[in-house]
Amino acid sequence: MKVDLREVEHVSRLARIYLTDTEKSKFSAELSSILEYMDLLSEVDTTDVTPTVHTLSIINALRHDARKPSIPHDDALQNAPSESNGMFSVPKVIE
Amino acid sequence: MLEIARRFRRDGLNPVEHVRHILKEAHDDKLNVFISIDDEGALASAEKAEQRIRNGDEGTLLGIPIAVKDNICTKGIRTTCASNILSNFVPPYDAHVVERLKQRGCVIIGKTNMDEFAMGSTTATSNIGPSRNPWNIDKTPGGSSGGSAAAVAAGLCAGALGSDTGGSIRQPASFCGVTGLKPTYGSVSRFGLVAFASSLDQIGPIARTAMDVAVLYDAIKGYDPKDSTSVNKDYKVTSLDELDLKGLKIGIPPMFFGEGLNHEVEKAVREGISIFKELGAEVVEVKLPHIKYGVAVYYIVATAEASSNLARYDGVRYGWREENSRDLVDMYASTRSRGFNDEVKRRIMLGTYALSAGYYDQYYEKASRVRTLIIEDFKEAFKACDIIAGPTTPTPPFGIYDMLDDPLSLYLLDIYTVPANLAGLPALSIPCGFTTSGLPIGMQLMAPAFGEDLLLGAGITFQAHTSFHEERP
Repeated sequence: MKVDLREVEHVSRLARIYLTDTEKSKFSAELSSILEYMDLLSEVDTTDVTPTVHTLSIINALRHDARKPSIPHDDALQNAPSESNGMFSVPKVIE
Repeated sequence: MLEIARRFRRDGLNPVEHVRHILKEAHDDKLNVFISIDDEGALASAEKAEQRIRNGDEGTLLGIPIAVKDNICTKGIRTTCASNILSNFVPPYDAHVVERLKQRGCVIIGKTNMDEFAMGSTTATSNIGPSRNPWNIDKTPGGSSGGSAAAVAAGLCAGALGSDTGGSIRQPASFCGVTGLKPTYGSVSRFGLVAFASSLDQIGPIARTAMDVAVLYDAIKGYDPKDSTSVNKDYKVTSLDELDLKGLKIGIPPMFFGEGLNHEVEKAVREGISIFKELGAEVVEVKLPHIKYGVAVYYIVATAEASSNLARYDGVRYGWREENSRDLVDMYASTRSRGFNDEVKRRIMLGTYALSAGYYDQYYEKASRVRTLIIEDFKEAFKACDIIAGPTTPTPPFGIYDMLDDPLSLYLLDIYTVPANLAGLPALSIPCGFTTSGLPIGMQLMAPAFGEDLLLGAGITFQAHTSFHEERP
């Protein structure tokens, strides 16, 4: 599978990563060769095979709907790049 | 490790002095093994351990110096994943496994180097640069848990924790001549492990001997409600006894000895298997017809999960943020573009592509189906044998910068290790020989889910009759 520059740009937008022109051509070549290798899978007949999402038989791990202490507010904010009034702060979203 | 525990009680080795010595060595280390060293915390826990030992506490892990991979959260100690984007992250909590080790009185020396976000097999993608192999500093220690394996081999700790998504404990253990266990998926809590590929990630121990690995595995395994994939079962105490190998059936898949296998590795592993035979084991051939698709399946599933897991690094709640940005979306993208290095970007791109509209069925869905066939291959194989043996890696340790320009060739070297992750099975790498130039070679043993006792028992027996694990760099 060939991944052209337009597709690299599309995927980088989805992934929210900026790429320079050099990076775009590099990733286009590398992703193409990796995906070409992945095409190996097309020779396997997988009709009627159930996809594995998980190797365990656990279906749902539920807990009791009970109140429990969570990490203190200050601890949760301790790694915030920017905070104000006890909240995470980000650049303005709406003018 | 057990030896140090004994010396603390019989030979008058003082835990605080011992830790002080280790810390000094860690600071002088030329192998670039540690990202952070916790002098203060290590000495404080060594003092507590000394007190407890003096009061007659027999706990094996009391005062034992342990190194922890830098993608496992440690309260109050920086946890960076060797990435610029987490370069300033100080976790407000301990990972479950760290909590367990602290309860047992372990001394956490520091945090070890790794490939950025555990994506790699050399530590070369670390933001502090590669670690070196203690057996030859021009060679890679392997990865991604390369810092942990090298620290054990160099004697900078008695044991270490790593994580294994596609071989990241076993491959560096093999390259550094030490023993490493990737436990059954769900047997060790992932709470506090920075997620890479959640259906494959597992934390596990690295130490010199299978017996030390068993002691550490026993300390960290078990049910944890904070990890929703943790298996709630009755975990028995891990046995430290030799296993009677008479009648044990060892399965050998011919594919593991096929094209691409280095002849020195092949020779050492075949000799290792003959030792098992001499000890009474029976060797049978098993077929794993879909194993050859393992790398393709792995790099689709792992990158798809990674692209989703790493979406959380956006500069909002923790980690590094690009301050000069036009607006919110620009802040996300510029933070991620400067915060991640090449290999992480490559894998996020690959995973995003594999999950994107129009390609999901062709890649992710297809890979998940072939994954089922690989799991069935193992079920079938384990009807004919108790454990499966083969090489851990197709090559001995290679030069630190040898493989960087060719991602696909590097991925292909994961051929023997990824199947255990795809199937959720336990797998152990033990030293089984050396190349003529003196580089370590490892043998991998795999067992059915929760067969750790079988693997560790076989490893303990093997090491009781061989001395590869006693060699020092």
